[in-house]
This record gives sequence, structure tokens and C-alpha cells, in this order.
Amino acid sequence: MIKLTVNRKPVEVEAEPDTPLLWVLRENLGLTGTKYGCGMALCGACTVHVEGRATRSCQLPISAAAGKSVTTIEGLSTDLGHPLQQAWIAEDVPQCGYCQSGQLMAAAELLKNNSKPTDQDIDDAMTGILCRCGTYCRIRKAVHRAANAVAGGAR
Amino acid sequence: MSAFARRDFLKVGAAAGGGLVLGFHLPFGGEAVAQAAGKPFAPNAFIRIGTDDQVTVVVAKAEMGQGVYTSLPMLVAEDLEADWSKVRVESAPVDPAYNRPGMGMQMTGGSSSVWSCWEQMRKAGATAKAMLIAAAAATWKVDPSSLRAEKGFVIHDASGRRLSFGALADTAATLPPPKDVVLKDAKDFKIVGKPTRRLDTPEKVNGSAQFGLDVSVPGMLVALVQRPPVFGGRAVKVDDTKTKAVPGVVAVGQPSFGVVVVAKGFWAAKKGRDALQVQWDDGPNGALSTDALREEFRALAKTPGAVAKKEGDAAAALAGAAKRLEAEYEVPYLAHAMMEPLNCLVDLRPDSCEIWTGTQFQTMDRAAAAEVAGLKPEQVQIHTTLLGGGFGRRATPRSDFIREAVEIAKLVKAPVKVVATREDDIKGGFYRPMWYDRIGAGLDASGSPVAWAHTIVGQSILAGTPFGAMVRDGIDQTSVEGVANLAYAVPNLYVDLYSPQPGIPVLWWRSVGHSHTAFVVESFIDELAHAAGKDPFEYRRGLLAHHPRHQGVLELAAAKAGWGKPLPAGRGRGIAVHESFGSWVAQVAEVSVTPRGQVKVHRVVAAVDCGQYVNPDTIAAQIEGGIAFGLSAALHSQITLKGGRVVQSNFHDYEVLRLNEMPEVEVHILPSGEKPGGVGEPGVPPVAPAVANAVFALTGVRVRRLPIRPEDLKKA
Repeated sequence: MIKLTVNRKPVEVEAEPDTPLLWVLRENLGLTGTKYGCGMALCGACTVHVEGRATRSCQLPISAAAGKSVTTIEGLSTDLGHPLQQAWIAEDVPQCGYCQSGQLMAAAELLKNNSKPTDQDIDDAMTGILCRCGTYCRIRKAVHRAANAVAGGAR
Repeated sequence: MSAFARRDFLKVGAAAGGGLVLGFHLPFGGEAVAQAAGKPFAPNAFIRIGTDDQVTVVVAKAEMGQGVYTSLPMLVAEDLEADWSKVRVESAPVDPAYNRPGMGMQMTGGSSSVWSCWEQMRKAGATAKAMLIAAAAATWKVDPSSLRAEKGFVIHDASGRRLSFGALADTAATLPPPKDVVLKDAKDFKIVGKPTRRLDTPEKVNGSAQFGLDVSVPGMLVALVQRPPVFGGRAVKVDDTKTKAVPGVVAVGQPSFGVVVVAKGFWAAKKGRDALQVQWDDGPNGALSTDALREEFRALAKTPGAVAKKEGDAAAALAGAAKRLEAEYEVPYLAHAMMEPLNCLVDLRPDSCEIWTGTQFQTMDRAAAAEVAGLKPEQVQIHTTLLGGGFGRRATPRSDFIREAVEIAKLVKAPVKVVATREDDIKGGFYRPMWYDRIGAGLDASGSPVAWAHTIVGQSILAGTPFGAMVRDGIDQTSVEGVANLAYAVPNLYVDLYSPQPGIPVLWWRSVGHSHTAFVVESFIDELAHAAGKDPFEYRRGLLAHHPRHQGVLELAAAKAGWGKPLPAGRGRGIAVHESFGSWVAQVAEVSVTPRGQVKVHRVVAAVDCGQYVNPDTIAAQIEGGIAFGLSAALHSQITLKGGRVVQSNFHDYEVLRLNEMPEVEVHILPSGEKPGGVGEPGVPPVAPAVANAVFALTGVRVRRLPIRPEDLKKA
């Protein structure tokens, strides 16, 4: 049994120690919002937060996640209330939607560390997350929108 | 307006939980098909209105990002006068009622959803509205003509009475459907034509959206297939000793297409597959290489092929031309590389087969599944999940991934989800064909083209499939579309085609033949413009005098992009226009090129004329997406083969566009009362030539092959 915290809840999973966190989340815990896209950390669809850091869950063996705190897209908010989710809805970002969990988790880390990201900051943080539908323009706009909303709310 | 056939609405009745069902609703989740006793299953099953006022629109089209789960409900809601906030979507089961109108099969493709369902959806809404009004008229004992519907209510203005659709649903369900319905005048539209947020966004930003890969059923196993490394190869010896030692591996089998490893989860199946030791017989394609194939294609392009178009006498006109130009263009095989790799979950029982997958071709897939399972099509149920991208790969005339999954389910005797890894996807074939084109054109003394002779070499997508009969006299129209119907005024046009069959599986890829022909035609017309000493925009405009819709988008894109105005140093501008799938798109690209020959696309201004449209925001999204998809092909992607083996395997060597490379995109929609056209694909074709033409404007280097290679530009 491997113990870890997922979306603020302690969980115990039985899995081969080399199983990537991605498949434990999806198959053992039923958290299918985190996606498989390449299995090689090339597309970012599997991005989750581990100890608050955006991490490619397809590359992290579950043994290395033991005792750690993991946040998935299902834990970003319970009510679509995260400023990024709101911005994604306002800009109508998703098309097929498959990559968007990874996009949001990467953006969430960016915003947490940088309340006013520039286009270059967005490039640096998010270029690793592929989208074949071409939602990139809207992702950029939505990150700015969320940053502005947070800044506005803080005033 | 034509009458909405009454027989289509035989199945009007009360819903299980109360309310109005227009047509028929098949409950999901494995329950038996709930048919009313003795009545034929002849539904037009698009609308369900609950006593809770919720309007459920059953969408027969696969949602793969193109926004059809929003646009089709918008059409229904418009003529229903529904409250948009009460509209929900449900995916349709497989049934003839959900066939594409006029086509005889349930499918999503060819950018056809909106235009092909436009009237059907609106009539479904109008019929429901008429029945709700009739129900209110009966309730209040007033003339139906004194009533109107608005935002989910039926209203009697004279008395101020109003009842919600939900309150009327049970009564409406007892009434006969009207024989005729009148559709709204476009000037009265409240929903159609207005920017509308997608209904599927909330579930796509909180992880709850279910794609095929996300579905599981109790007792389900996961299967991975080890395919032969060469197309047409087969396993001759399989040593699965190490595989079977992997914890979680349940079985190893040898279906007709390779070796399958079945396990309790993905990781065990993957490890088990990695541990397989297989000896392969490569078959006839073991020496296949795209380099050699290219040389073959190139040689073929020099000899005459099957004639696709002959207008006037191109050879004579070429001989007499004041100026002659010749060029050869080439584009590679391309994988679709949807973000969600192919997958298919099959629960096969002795007398039923239930399938969950993201497919664009339900009718054919169901028939294929039935054939493999030894069942009747009616015994097969397909649940179309959300598609994590389609781009044509999930519309397979051979139902490849469905057939394979059912074959595996027969071996496994348990519910099984067959999953492709990214490597399986990239190496798995069904590519956009590689094309080689050779063109000669002649100009008269004023620079106008008098002849265009064009030989195309590349694999037919339709040949050898159930659509093979559409290949006539050696011509697969999808191979020559965009050239054989050249819009430019060229009096002598000759187009011929070679369709070699080198054994590489090919398939339609977003925009099909146009993905190649627009690049060639729009680049070559640019060559002609420069040879004639004319501005590329003006040259095109002059040659499109009889094509006002081409001209319309060309002029709009040029104006919005500031065509002719100075650019910052180091920037070049290129233009292209192309018609596909009933829509016209022009794009102006602004590029720069680094000293190392790398192209950066800064801005793309697009103008689109897609006739009457539903959701302008979706059109913008589709054009943005088409540009990104086309740029991946223009700048990065190619599939090559060496020694019969596909060289690329994942996103490190099959590169696609990334966020930092995405240009600023502007989309301008030309207002139009013409009949609706498609929008999913037409954004793709113009972008590669617009970029290539911009590169020429900037560097003087003509790009004649894709993807654009830095070494080609460094030659400048």
C-alpha cells in the first residue's frame, strides 16, 4: 500500500511501485480528468500539481509520490470557481477539451507564482502543453483574464 | 417550407418521468431499448422536454471540438423558442433516425454537420413548439393562433396567461404532431447567428468530461496491441514468457493484426507488451522507404496519368505562350495525432455487444462490429463519447480500430478497452497521403495565364474502401479537389492523376485533398503573379472576376491585414484564398525568418464566407484551430518510412505547433444570406501557402515542399 494525499484527501493505493502516478490517478482512483497523451512528458496532458509544483504525472512513479500531496484538475475547485476555470469559460477556450486539464494545471502554477504574467511568462510556462485543436490564442487571453480578475478581486 | 414528414414523428409520447418526447429516447447505461409496445421504431429523436423545463437535444454528430454540441442545439432552440439556459445535450445512439440527412449513414465529417442538419434541427424545434402551443390552446380553450412562444414559455397576450414548456409537456405529449411547420424568418433569429458560449465548456474545465479513454465498466481489462513494424507484416514466432511474468498481465493473444497483451490496467499491459519477444515476417513492404517512393512519384509526374480535367488545349496553349513556368511541389505523409489516442471499449456478450468509443462513423462501425462479433447490427450498441480530437482519423471506412477491438473482445471474453499508445498512433498508418505535383503554366504577353497543366501523384483515399465505387475512370475526386475545379480564369486547363498503391494505409486528414492542393495552387499562382510582375493580391483578384465569393474574402482579408501598407523591417506578407466544403477562406500571413532559416509566423488575418451561420464564436475558433493545424504541417510535421518502418514515434520527432509559435489570429466573417457551408476544415488549406508566399515576399526563396525546412531557406 502506498499512501499519499490527493485533492486534500488521504488515499491508499495498491500498485506496482513503478506505475506512473497518471495511471494510479486514472485507474485506481477514478480521477480521469488527468489525461494520457504521450507517456514521455512531451505533451503535458497529464500535468498535475505535486507538492504545488506542476508535474508530468506520466513520468512520476507512484513510489516517488508516496507521502506527497497531489492536486488534479478535479481538485482545482469544487465549483468551477477557480479564476482560471472562470476565464476558460469566459473565453470559450476548449474545443475537443482533451488537453485542457493539463493547460489549466500548468496555468494554475504560473498564476500562483506570478500574479501578472507577461506573454513571455505564459510561453515559458505553457509551451510544453500541446493542443491539436489550436486553442492557444484563447489560452493566452484566458490566462491574462484570470490574472486581471485576481488582481481586481484583491483590490 | 416543405412539410416535415409526419411519419418521422410517429414516436411522440410521454417520457418515463413525464414530459414530451419528440421521437424516441434510448436510455443509456445498458438498459434494454425502451420501445413502446407494438409501434415501429421510426423516430426523429432530437428533443426531449421534461416537466422540469429542461430541454434535452439529442445530437447525432460526434463532438470533437468543432462545437456541434452547441451549434445544433442552437438551431433547435431557435425554432423551439427555448430558454437557452435550459438546453442540455445528449449523444445519440446509432439509429437510422440519426443518419446524416440525404446520406443513409450516421457520420460526422466533411464539415457538414451544420449545413446538412440545418433544416432538420430547425424543423424538430418548430414541431415541438407547435405541439406546446397546441397544448396551451387546449388547456386555455383558446385559438392556437392567439398564442406565441418565447424563452421557454407559451404566452397568451390577450389574457396575460403563460405556461412553461415543462408545465405543458405532458399535455403536448398526447397531441398529434403537426403536418407542416413554418420556420422562422432569419431576421427574427434570437440565438442563431449570435456569439454563444459552448455548452460543453464547464465539463471540459473541471475534468468531468468523458472521452472514450475515460470510460470504464466493472471487470474491464485493458489491451495493448503490438503491431508488425511493417505495414502488412505478421508475427511468425511469439515468446510471451516474460510478458506473462508481469504482474497484472492476464492474457496474450494473437489476433489477425499482431499480438495483444491483456492486463488489469494500462501500465501492466504496457510493461507486458514491452517484454514481448516477437519474430516478424515483414511481408512485401519490408524495403519501403519514402525517399524511394518520392523518386517514383517524381518520375510518374513526368508521364501522363488519368485525366481529371480537360478544358481547351493546354499543351497547344503552353507551346504558344509568351512565358512558361514549371514547378514541382511535394508534401509528406501526415499523422492526425489527435491528443486522445485511439481507444475502444467493448463489452461483448453472447447476444449483444456494447461499445464505447469516440467515432465519426457510427453506422459503418456498428455494421463492422456486428460482422466481427457474428451478431446483427441491431444487437450492437455504440455509445459515442466525446472525441479528444478527430481530424478524420476517427472516420474510418474500414472501421479499423472498431474491428480490432471486437476481435480482441472475442479472445478475451471480458469487457476490454483497447488502447493505442502515442507511438501506436504515430506509427499506425492511416496517414494523409504524400503528394508530388508537377505543374506547367503559360502566360500571355500581359501576364495572364493561358494554360495550366498539372499532374498529381499520390495515393487514393477512397480506393479499396467501401467508398471505392466513388473512384471513377481512375479519378478519386478527393485527390484532385481544389485543382480540377480551379477557380482562376485559365482558358486551357489540364489535370491528370496517378494513384500508386505502395501499401501505406491512408485516410482523410482535416481538409482532405485541399490540405495539399491549396498549398500547390496558391503557391504556384503566386509564382505566376511574380512572373507577371503583378501584385499577388491584385493578380488573384483579376483572375477571380467570375467568383465573387472568392473575391469577397480575398478583399476583406487584404483590407483587414493592411495589404500593401509597409511592414516593419524583416517581415513579409503572403496571401492565399481557397474554397472548400462550401465555404471560402482567405488568409494573409505575416512572417519573419531567422538567420538560421526558421520561420516565425506573427499574425494571420482570415476572412471567411460560410454563408448563413450559427455561432460566430465557433467559426472564429474553428478558423483559429484550422490555422494552428495547418501551421503544424507547414512548419513541422512529416511521417517518413525507412526499411518499411515508420521513422517517427512521438511528439519529439513528430512535432506539432506549440503555444509559443501560435500567431496572433484575426477572424473576419463576411455577412451572407447564402446557404450555410462548413467551418471545421476550410481554415486549414490557405495557411501553408499564405505563409510560404510571405516567406517568398521576404526572402525571395520559393517554398515548394512542406514542411518548410530551415535548410531550404538558408540557401537564400
